[in-house]
Amino acid sequence: MSNQNGNTKPKLALYWASSCGGCEISVLAIHEKILDVAAAFDIVFWPCVMDFKVKDVEALADGEIDVCLFNGAIRNDENAEMAHLLRRKSKIMVAYGSCSMEGCIPGLANFTSRDAMMQFIYHNSPSTDNPDGVEPDPDWAFPEGPAPLPKFWNTVKTLDQVVPVEYYLPGCPPEAEWTETLVMAAAAALAGEGELPPPGSVIGNKDTVCDECPRTKNEKKIKRFYRPYEIVPDPDTCLLEQGIFCAGYATRSGCGALCPQVNMGCRGCYGPNEGVDDHGARLITGLASVLDAKTDEEVDAILDTLPDPAGYFYRFGLAHSMLHRTDVAHAPKRDGN
Amino acid sequence: MAEERVGVYICHCGHNIAGTVDVEAVAEWAADLPNVEVSRHYEFMCSSLGQELVEEDIKTLGLTRVVVAACSPHMHERTFRGACERAGLNPYLFEMANIREHASWVHAVDKEGATEKAKALVSAAVHRVVHHTPLETMKVPVEPTTMVVGGGIAGIQAALELADAGYKVIMVEREPSIGGHMAQLDKTFPTLDCSACILTPKMFDVGAHPNITMLTYSEVEAVEGYVGNFVVTVRQKARKVITDKCTGCGTCWEKCPIRVVDDVYEAGLGYRKAIYRPFPQAVPKYPVIDVESCTYYKTGKCRACQMFCPTEAIDFDQQDEVVDYKVGNVILATGYEQFDARRIPEYGYGRLANVFTSLEFERMVNATGPTGGKIMLRDGVTEPESVAIIHCVGSRDRRYNQYCSAVCCMYSLKFAHLVKERTGAEVYNFYMDIRTPAKGYEEFYHRLLEEGVRFVRGRVAKVTDAARGPGEEGKLIIQCEDTLIGKQRRIPVDMVVLSAGMEPRHDAEEIGHLFGISCSVDGFFIERHPKLDPMATMTDGIYVAGVCQGPKDIPATVAQGAGAAARVLGVISQGEVALEPIRAEIDEEHCSGCRICNTMCPYSAIDYIEELQVSRVNPALCKGCGTCVAACPSQVITGAHYSYDQVMAQIDGILIDVNRPVTAEAEVAAD
Amino acid sequence: MSDNGDFKPVIVGFLCNWCSYRAADLAGTSRMGYPSTLRDIRIMCSGRMDPAWVLHALRNGADGVLVVGCHPGECHYVEGNYKAIRRMNLLKRTLRQLGIEDERVQLHWASASEGVQFAEIVQNMTAQIKALGPLNWKQRNVDDSVNLAVAAGEHVHEGA
Repeated sequence: MSNQNGNTKPKLALYWASSCGGCEISVLAIHEKILDVAAAFDIVFWPCVMDFKVKDVEALADGEIDVCLFNGAIRNDENAEMAHLLRRKSKIMVAYGSCSMEGCIPGLANFTSRDAMMQFIYHNSPSTDNPDGVEPDPDWAFPEGPAPLPKFWNTVKTLDQVVPVEYYLPGCPPEAEWTETLVMAAAAALAGEGELPPPGSVIGNKDTVCDECPRTKNEKKIKRFYRPYEIVPDPDTCLLEQGIFCAGYATRSGCGALCPQVNMGCRGCYGPNEGVDDHGARLITGLASVLDAKTDEEVDAILDTLPDPAGYFYRFGLAHSMLHRTDVAHAPKRDGN
Repeated sequence: MAEERVGVYICHCGHNIAGTVDVEAVAEWAADLPNVEVSRHYEFMCSSLGQELVEEDIKTLGLTRVVVAACSPHMHERTFRGACERAGLNPYLFEMANIREHASWVHAVDKEGATEKAKALVSAAVHRVVHHTPLETMKVPVEPTTMVVGGGIAGIQAALELADAGYKVIMVEREPSIGGHMAQLDKTFPTLDCSACILTPKMFDVGAHPNITMLTYSEVEAVEGYVGNFVVTVRQKARKVITDKCTGCGTCWEKCPIRVVDDVYEAGLGYRKAIYRPFPQAVPKYPVIDVESCTYYKTGKCRACQMFCPTEAIDFDQQDEVVDYKVGNVILATGYEQFDARRIPEYGYGRLANVFTSLEFERMVNATGPTGGKIMLRDGVTEPESVAIIHCVGSRDRRYNQYCSAVCCMYSLKFAHLVKERTGAEVYNFYMDIRTPAKGYEEFYHRLLEEGVRFVRGRVAKVTDAARGPGEEGKLIIQCEDTLIGKQRRIPVDMVVLSAGMEPRHDAEEIGHLFGISCSVDGFFIERHPKLDPMATMTDGIYVAGVCQGPKDIPATVAQGAGAAARVLGVISQGEVALEPIRAEIDEEHCSGCRICNTMCPYSAIDYIEELQVSRVNPALCKGCGTCVAACPSQVITGAHYSYDQVMAQIDGILIDVNRPVTAEAEVAAD
Repeated sequence: MSDNGDFKPVIVGFLCNWCSYRAADLAGTSRMGYPSTLRDIRIMCSGRMDPAWVLHALRNGADGVLVVGCHPGECHYVEGNYKAIRRMNLLKRTLRQLGIEDERVQLHWASASEGVQFAEIVQNMTAQIKALGPLNWKQRNVDDSVNLAVAAGEHVHEGA
């Protein structure tokens, strides 16, 4: 719709795969700067906002899109198909937000299996009313012809596990300033007025949330953990020291320590800081290091106050972690499955 | 990294490796590993020819990394680092794969498995070594003062060697006098020269030596620092005697009304006073007040010693002194304790009056001992007509100590001789084996055989006073199997001497912990190498001498004491020591100041810099354990030579051949 | 579980320089045989053990990971092994949730003089893992075959 006027502006595409939609909203959190974006780019695909069809993308030449902001994890055939399509059409593919970067909340499905989820959702959940035991059938057909459903995967993947990715923008959702930084940097570079960071870069800070967190940090010795409802935290002291799980010590900064500033432990949505392979490994080692215990029994007593450790350590990064998923056959059954 | 040129050398170690591992196959296979420029196998890599092979290749092929697959790095890592250095390659660009101790020797029955494992270990080393970085050792000056802990003959010998060489020594002794166990002995085997006669001059020398500071009645409380630069905190217990005033005249203990059983020097056989000097030749000569026994500390009364002291040297209010000493090296010569014979109830010690321990017997035969050197029964008057000496009490016995205490055979023979000489009594030695493996020892044994001492081979089942016949009335009966004639025997005697073995000090483990060294399963300190480095320990700057390292007799103890001193002199004469560059370093630019690492360091080497909100490692204090490196949640602490990336690459290499086909079962699980 | 008769586990070992590596050396010097399943890596202290190394080894083909340090109270670096206890405990709790059996990741102690005990540790762990069967983590849980076709760029169906 834009090219008809001989528009030579660079082309921008935005797409959501398996995500909550928060990332779409976060793009708008740049407020009036969105006008600059609209001025700098020709938006060729943004199904959440405007009525685009896949065939519009298919009609583009390969590599015709300059920048694609792709949010959401890859958890079914449709997500993957769109990832491949957009990859083919785009020069710069950006994994936008935690889901596409590291799996995020959809990636928690990797703690269980497709079969277990189907079983729960279509049969066992307390709110399920499904007397005929109907399940989605990927090969469904009407008399008029096939009407296939995208096949639901057993394992959630990140965008870069499916297609090559140039840049990553962390966060659930990404903070507006970084979205703006990326988009404007891309615009400038495409206009020949600047250079893009090397491919593979994460757009954000390199350090951890502690760097931005205003709380006072002392030497740490944890004697037990508290759930947020069990304690009124001191507003000025490091939450972790108070026994509140806070992932800030191993999580990339860039959010401005939003959660710790409101008495909530960091969730870890920015993923690990620069150069770290496995977010969970760093969360484990840092946390275990400061337990005030010497024997296995003493360690057990403290860690029994931290239920679901894998949930804390891989809340956002399971799909991108070294082990990628739970081996369901050998794991304890999770509630509801 | 991609342009590194790695040389791989597989050692045959004669038949030691090549007999099990197919070294040619490993070398051939390794040639195809990434970055490998040359891969060879050679009969003895540690030989000068083997080392020259490496040096030559570094020079002619331009190798930038070297891997030697041979024995344990604890054996030859230094050797090959040296070879690299001589050829101009930083020694830390070398990596060793242990395919002998960890492969050929433990998988001798599984040649295929050993070869496969050798390949994996070589691959691990090759993958790792390309991530190595050149490291420079840090040189630190050595404080020339040495601390010797323990004032027995081992410590005395070590201290005198060092002091005579012109260096300061601080000797710390727990008891009020130096001398140790040797001061308790009467004669020494096999020459039978008087123990005191040969020991006291040495004790005197220590006391009088201008280079030796003697801290008796003192214990080490804390140790900080590292080789060349230890700070040792010593508590000097209050003697309650002002040594500057005391002349050692002895009036105080003569006047003291409290008599205490002397469990230490007299081995419980004699008495001392509440204020006492352990023995006449004690060095230093000053007495101490045993505050546990002294009436003044119980009732506030008495003060006899104070009243009679001609020089007003008694100070009831004297307090312990705690002093820090800066020393470059430490020699531990903390000695042993005798096995407590009560632990073998069937031998009746503590229950049957005339069963004695060997240390009691030493005191008994000693001219300065409680009986004035007379051999007599517990009643203090009766001379025994027959004496049994039971060997291996608490030694060579799975129930107690599996090791041989090394000295009991010889001192038992000495006892037998002394009994014969002084009483003419019949002497029976009950032994399992007679072990006399040193100069003049076997000759001494033969002399005893000729003296008519009886030897019964077999472990004694029990010592009893339950007589079965008139011949046994009032006697102690030794019941045992005489394995040479294959018969059970009951031998009645008047006196039994239990040749109790040597045990580590009850607090050896704590002492070891203080100095950062370990004990072996038998509880004695572990030396750096059991054969080639018995004086050094795994901790640089800490040496061991004497029985604290393992049972041994006086000549061996003296030799080890002198040897330890020689090792220390070597370090001192260098003037400085090179510290292993294996240390942690924090990337301050990216440290977020979470302070998780702050409590990790056992050496307090990590400081938190408040104004920068970052943590920092003091390189001189860091010992390179890597605990902080592992703790760092943002991975900004690098552990030199054991970095995250190096070990990750090592894992990749070690698993290079592990690529199992997906089984049908596995596929179902994944679907 | 299928017959694991021919299955020879691969165990990646991390041995501390001061006690357990020497225990392994002693096992060698004294010719104490143990299965050639262990492939060991020397680290300075069990307190250096990084959980990521365990994950990396398990992901890339190891059937188990063995960490051996000095006995508690005997650490060459005073208390590095206590930190190993804490980290391995928390790591194992996490791994349990990911479906990795406890036997596959073990922490043991061996002093420099415990060559026999070291050999026994390897023997026991080998037997336990042999009973569990191969882990094959990467093939089973990472290279998930269902997703592979899509990852390779094939469109599963046309027209979304």
